[in-house]
Amino acid sequence: MSKAKPKVAFYWCSSCGGCEESIVDLAEDILKVVEAVDIVFWPVALDFKKKDVEAMEDGSIAVSFINGAVRLSEQEEMVKMLRKKSGLIVAHGTCSHLGGIPGLGNFWNKETIFNRSYHTTPSTDNPDRTVPLEKVVVEGKELTLPSFYDTVYTLDQVIDVDYYLPGCAPPRDLILNAVQAILEGKLPPKGAVLSPNKSLCDDCDRNESKPEKLVITEIKRPWEVEIDPEKCFLAQGIICMGPATRTGCGERCIEGNMPCRGCFGPTDQVFDQGAKFLSALASILDTNDEKEIEKIVNTIIDPAGTFYRFSLPHSILRRRRMEAIK
Amino acid sequence: MSNGAFEPRLIGFLCNWCSYTGADLAGTARMVYAPSMRIIRVMCSGRVDPQFVLKAFSEGADGVLISGCHPGDCHYQEGNYKALRRHRLLTKMLEQFGIEKERFRLEWVSAAEGVKFQHICNEFTEQIRKLGPLNWNGGKHEQSEA
Amino acid sequence: MSNGKKINLTINNKKIKVDEGTTILQAAEQLDIKIPTLCYHPLLEPYASCRICMVEVKGDTCDLFPACNTKVREGMVVETDSERALKARKLNIEMIMARAPAAEKVQEIAKELGVKKTRFEITDPEEKCILCGICVRTCEEIVGANAISFSERGKERKVYTPFGEPSEACIGCAACAFFCPTEAITCEDLHGRKVIHSELMLGPSTAIRVPIRQAVPMVPFIDEEACIHFKTGECKICERVCEKEAVNHEMEDQEVEIEVGSVILASGFKPFDPKRIPAYGYGRFDNVITALEFEKLVNASSPTDGKILLANGEEPKAVGIVHCVGSRDKKYNEYCSRVCCMYSLKFAHLLKEKTEADIYDFYIDMRCFGKGYEEFYHRLLEEGTRFIRGRVSEVTDMALTEKEEGKLIIRVEDTLIGAIRRIPVDMVILAVGLEPGLDQNEIAKIFNISCGQDTFFLERHPKLAPVSTFSDGIFLAGTCQSPKDIPDTVAQAGAAASEALALADKGTFELEPITAEIDEELCAGCQICVSLCPFTAITYNKEKGVSEINDALCKGCGTCVSACPCGASQQKHFRDAQIFAEIEGILVE
Repeated sequence: MSKAKPKVAFYWCSSCGGCEESIVDLAEDILKVVEAVDIVFWPVALDFKKKDVEAMEDGSIAVSFINGAVRLSEQEEMVKMLRKKSGLIVAHGTCSHLGGIPGLGNFWNKETIFNRSYHTTPSTDNPDRTVPLEKVVVEGKELTLPSFYDTVYTLDQVIDVDYYLPGCAPPRDLILNAVQAILEGKLPPKGAVLSPNKSLCDDCDRNESKPEKLVITEIKRPWEVEIDPEKCFLAQGIICMGPATRTGCGERCIEGNMPCRGCFGPTDQVFDQGAKFLSALASILDTNDEKEIEKIVNTIIDPAGTFYRFSLPHSILRRRRMEAIK
Repeated sequence: MSNGAFEPRLIGFLCNWCSYTGADLAGTARMVYAPSMRIIRVMCSGRVDPQFVLKAFSEGADGVLISGCHPGDCHYQEGNYKALRRHRLLTKMLEQFGIEKERFRLEWVSAAEGVKFQHICNEFTEQIRKLGPLNWNGGKHEQSEA
Repeated sequence: MSNGKKINLTINNKKIKVDEGTTILQAAEQLDIKIPTLCYHPLLEPYASCRICMVEVKGDTCDLFPACNTKVREGMVVETDSERALKARKLNIEMIMARAPAAEKVQEIAKELGVKKTRFEITDPEEKCILCGICVRTCEEIVGANAISFSERGKERKVYTPFGEPSEACIGCAACAFFCPTEAITCEDLHGRKVIHSELMLGPSTAIRVPIRQAVPMVPFIDEEACIHFKTGECKICERVCEKEAVNHEMEDQEVEIEVGSVILASGFKPFDPKRIPAYGYGRFDNVITALEFEKLVNASSPTDGKILLANGEEPKAVGIVHCVGSRDKKYNEYCSRVCCMYSLKFAHLLKEKTEADIYDFYIDMRCFGKGYEEFYHRLLEEGTRFIRGRVSEVTDMALTEKEEGKLIIRVEDTLIGAIRRIPVDMVILAVGLEPGLDQNEIAKIFNISCGQDTFFLERHPKLAPVSTFSDGIFLAGTCQSPKDIPDTVAQAGAAASEALALADKGTFELEPITAEIDEELCAGCQICVSLCPFTAITYNKEKGVSEINDALCKGCGTCVSACPCGASQQKHFRDAQIFAEIEGILVE
C-alpha cells in the first residue's frame, strides 16, 4: 500500500447493518475505492481492535464513515475516539444522520425497552427474569457491558460531524459521489447533507398527476386501498412524506408503489421534518368543520411514529417525555 | 421561580388582527392578568408553524397558546381554519410525546374581547400551575454523564 | 329598386321628379297630396283590392288607375281628385260599406267622400272584414308563416286557416291583428284561459322593448324568444322602419375588453324559488304568487292596470302574506333576507288601499330596523291588518268546512295564542327571500374574491371595510354582498363609487409589504400551498416545476409558509428563523 493513500475507517453503531451492506453493494466499484484508499478500520469486514485505533495518531484517518445512531456508552466512546483520530467524519445513513428506525426507541426508555425485550414479547421465555447487567462477576472476574441509554442520539448530538450521507441505506450513487468528492477535495461547506436540497416531489414522476387543488378528505393506509401506480399518493389520501423529505434517493419506494416514509430527512431550511409534514398534511384536510377535522385526525393512527419514522432523535423534541413513560 | 414557587411560562402566538388587538385592548383597559403569558405576534394564526410550538416547548415553555380570529372572521378568510386543523393533529401528536393536551391551546379572541383574553390567560396559567412544570430536556441529561 | 333614373310627372298640376319604380301613391305622398287607402300598407306589396285609391291619368286609353300599384311614367299627368276618380271611389266605398258595415275605418273614408249610405245589400251588419288581404300578406310577407289565406269565392270569400282548423303554422304573433285596418281580427287564447297571473309572467307583448319602465339606460332590446324574425327568418319591420338604422338583427353577443383601474361588483341577487317549499303550493295554485309577481300586478302599468285581481279576474276577499319564505330557515337559508318584512308591510298597506280584502300577515318576528320602519308597522297595526305570529306550515285547497270551500287555506301555528289555525284566503303572497346570484362563485373566481358560507361575496372586513374585498380595487355594492334594502344599497354603492374614485385619484397602488415568497431554488413543486391560498395568489408553474406567488394578490397571512413542507416558502418580516429567535429570546429566564 502506497503511503500517499488516504486512510479510511468504517464504523457501525446502532443500526441494522444495511449501511455496511451499502458499501458492499458498491460491487466492483468497491475495488476502485480500495485502490484509492487505505482502509484502516472496518470491524464488520476486517479484524481490527479498539487498541489499534487508540494507537493511531490524532487526525491520521482521512475520513471515518460512521453508520448507526448512538445509544450505548461504548458507541459514544468509539465515535469520540474516531472523531479525534479523523480529519473528516461522515454520518453514513439515516440512523447516524437522524436517528433512524432505532431512534423510535425514544418513545420509550431503557426500562420499558428492557421489559419488553426480555419479558413481555410473546416469543420470550425468561422465567428467571434475567436482564443484561452492566457489571457482573463470573468466577471472581468482573465482566462489563456498555451502558444502555434511555435516549437514542444522532451522531452529531455526540460528536462534531462534517458531512451527512442520507438514506436508509444511502444509495450507491451518493456514496460514490461522496467518496469521489473527498478524494478530489471538492467538498461542499462543512455540515452539508450530500444530496440535493429539494424535496422528493421535485424528482417524483407522479408530481404532475396532482389535481389543481391538492386536498384530502380521507386518510387511507396503503393496505386499505389498491394504489394507483401513476397518481400522487397524497392525492389518493395516502400519507406520503415526499413533500417534506430530501430527494436524491432515486425514488426507490415510489417505484415500488409505496409512499415515501422520509428516510432522507428534511431539507436544509427545515428544523423538524415531522412537524413540517404534519403542518402540510393538516393544512390540506378539506374541511373547516371541527368534528369533521377530528374525525379525519382520528384516522391518522400514529402521527408521531409516522411523521418521525426516521427522524425522532433529530427532531426538536427529540424524545417522549421521561415522566410520561409508564 | 425566584421564590421557589412554580410560575408557569406560557407562550402565546397571537394573530395581528383579532387576538393581538384583543390583548392590546386588555392592556389599554388596564385589565390585570397573569404575567406568565409571553406574546409573539404573527400576522395570522395560520402562520403558526407546528415547529414553533415544538420549539417553544423545547425552549422551556410550560404551555403554548395559539389565538386567532373567530371562525368566519379571519382577516385572511381561512387562516384560522388551517390553524384549527393543525392544532387538532398536533395535539394528538404531542400526547404521544407525553405533552398533555391541556398544555397546548387554541382559542378565538376577537379584537373586542379583551376580557376574554384576560380570562384565558388567567385560566391557562392556573391550569398549567396544576399540571406542573414541563421541564423539557429532550434526553440531553445523559450526554453529560456519559 | 331604383337604378338612379328619374321620372318627371305632374300630379294635380304640380311637377315632381321621382325615382323610377315609384308608385303614384308614393309620389303624391311626397307632394303632400292625400289619397285615401284601405288595403295599402307601406310595409307590404301593393295589392289594389279595395280600389279606394283610384286616380285619373290624363291622356291614357284607360284613364283610371289604383294609385297604390301603378308605377309612374315619364310625362305622366295625374289628377287625384278629378270627377271621374271621385266617382269611382265613391262607388267602391259604397260596395265596401255593404260588405263590412261595422268597419270604422270604412265609415270614416265614406264620410270624407261624402257617402252617407250604401245602395247595396248588407249581408252582415256586424262584419268588419273588407277582404283587403293585409292579414294574408302580412302572414306571408312579413311573418313568413303562411298560416292564413283566402278561401271560398264571391260572397263566401273569407280569410281563414286551412280547413278552418287551428293552424299549426300559426306562431301566435298576432301580427295579422295588428296590421288589420278595420280591427276585423282579434286574438284569443285557444283554450279560453284568462289567467292574469301567468299573463303577467309573459311580460310585455312586443318583441322589441325596453326591459322595464324604470330601466337605465332606457334602451330597447330585441327579445329573441318573442321576435318573429328569430322564429321565421322574416319580418325585420323594426329594421325597415327605423330611420336611424339602429336596429340590426345580425348583431351578436360580443366580448369587449376594457381596461379599468377598479371594478365595482353589483351583480345582485336572485329571489328564492318558492317551488322548493312544495307545501306552500306555488306553481300548483294560481293564486299563490310571489312578492315580485304581486309587485308587477299592483304596478299601475300592469296588465290589470294596477288592480289587484285573482287569476279568475275577481277581486280577492282575503289575502295572506307569508313572511320568511326561504329565509331564516335552516333547510333553505339560515340568514334573514332583511327586506321582506318591510315590503310585506307595504303590500298589506297597498291591499288595504286598493281592495276591501281582509289581510293576514304571517311573521316570525317583525324586523322593522330602519328609519321610520317601526312607525310604519304601527300604522299598519292601526289600519287593521291581522298579524299572526307563526311560521306557515302549509297552503292547501283541501276544505274541511263550507266556509273553506274554493279557498286557499293557510295552516299556521299562532304562537301568540298557542293554537293551530286554518285561515281561508283567496290569495297568498309569498315574501320570498334574497339568495346569492346563480353565478356568484364564478364571478368570485373571475375577480379573485371569495364568497362567505352563504355564497354572498365576502367583504374585506365586516365593520372596517364593508365595501372593499380582499382583492384591491374590487369593490362591492348591493345584494351581491348580502341582502339589503334600497337605502342600504344606495349607501353602499355610493361608498363603493367613492372608494373607486379615491383609488383612481391616487393613481398608485400600495402593495402589502408582508408577503410570502417562494425560493425557486428550493421549491420542489409539491403544490401543498396552492390549495391553501384563499386569494389564489399561488399558482403552479408547470414548466419550471415550482409554485409561484403573485405579489399583487398575496395578503401576507403566511398560512402557506407554515404549511410549506420543505421550507422553500418564507414570509417577509416573519421568517421562520426570526420567529425561532423570538421564541428563544422570550423564554430566556
